Amino acid sequence: MENFNYHRPASVDDAVKAATARPDAKYMSGGMTLIPTMKQGLASPSDIIDLGALKNSGISVGATVVIKAGTTHAEVAHSAEVRKAIPALAALAGGIGDPHVRNKGTIGGSVTNNDPAADYPSACLGLGATIHTNARKIRAEDFFTGMFSTALEDGEVITAVEFPIPRKAGYAKFPNPASRYAMVGVFVADTADGPRVAVTGAGAGVFRASALEAALGKGFDSASLTGTPVPAKDLNNDLHASAEYRAHLITVMAKRAVDAAK
Amino acid sequence: MPAISMTVNGESVCGEAEGRTLLVEFIREKLGLTGTHVGCDTSQCGACVVLVDGKAVKSCTALAVAHDGAEVTTVEGLARDGKMHPMQEAFKDNHGLQCGFCTPGMVIASIDIVNRLGKDLSEETIRHELEGNICRCTGYHNIVAAVKAGAANM
Repeated sequence: MENFNYHRPASVDDAVKAATARPDAKYMSGGMTLIPTMKQGLASPSDIIDLGALKNSGISVGATVVIKAGTTHAEVAHSAEVRKAIPALAALAGGIGDPHVRNKGTIGGSVTNNDPAADYPSACLGLGATIHTNARKIRAEDFFTGMFSTALEDGEVITAVEFPIPRKAGYAKFPNPASRYAMVGVFVADTADGPRVAVTGAGAGVFRASALEAALGKGFDSASLTGTPVPAKDLNNDLHASAEYRAHLITVMAKRAVDAAK
Repeated sequence: MPAISMTVNGESVCGEAEGRTLLVEFIREKLGLTGTHVGCDTSQCGACVVLVDGKAVKSCTALAVAHDGAEVTTVEGLARDGKMHPMQEAFKDNHGLQCGFCTPGMVIASIDIVNRLGKDLSEETIRHELEGNICRCTGYHNIVAAVKAGAANM
């Protein structure tokens, strides 16, 4: 791995200052994606700005669930409050990577990276989350802008993710047997504004499946989804699965997610 | 190069590390503790797992400089007074290894499982929790038996 200058700021302001002054700098949270990417030579930032010293972790549950950006997947998975308020979110966090990854990886890092096969973006979009940054609040609809890209400006850093509490929600993923990343993952939520269905792994980035949302509008039940096709157009078509197969899996995973919803 | 210090297996250690020095490189090359292995280059195999402040992490996917002040336990730190840790003993008794390359990570990960979930572990739980540790010899069967026995004796 190429060498870099290492910074460990103690405040969000200092972190933003350090990043803004260095155009080729990268923030690092848990490092669970960034370090492997750097080891493979696929990224070589001039500077790493480690957010670890911010100690920005913790969960508060009130009218919404607010998870600070530095909260690890293990902390979300094991949080009694999250398990009670949005069990599907805790279950999703408990299914990311493996136990060692969950001890390090954070929600802020995952959401910032916006890997097209990551789990968290589907929960953000499926629940209609709001992404809090050092500068503003961004709706999930506006945040995820495509493969590995987000609405974050240069130097902007996520501070927390705020999730509305749905009536019920569920998540089901079909993991790639080798990488364990989602080949298709579907997050469903029965919300005050109607059903929401967000799909990860299947396309260039997380997206809402409008056909399935319309079907669930007739009743939040897996039977409502029977026979509802999802268009294969624009879905990933690679050695792991054809676009048609992924389209089929979306409906199957959506049904499983609805059945698991609580 | 920044100087860092940490507590490794109960002893204070210090050394210099570049930004890019991985925790596993610091442990193996600076401290000479070669029990922690590197089995892959892609953060997938778990041979390098150590306990950092009590939690299992992949030392190949952690920067040494980010662990200034941390408390680290490697496989060398498990035995007490010349007696193996119950989990090590169980891997030996149950033939939970063949070539042994993955074993340090397996043992540390297994101790972490017991720390999190308790001593009474089902086979299903053990298999699921070992998702981050790859063995290419055993077919896992005896590893699972070893973890079950080791957990009961911890």
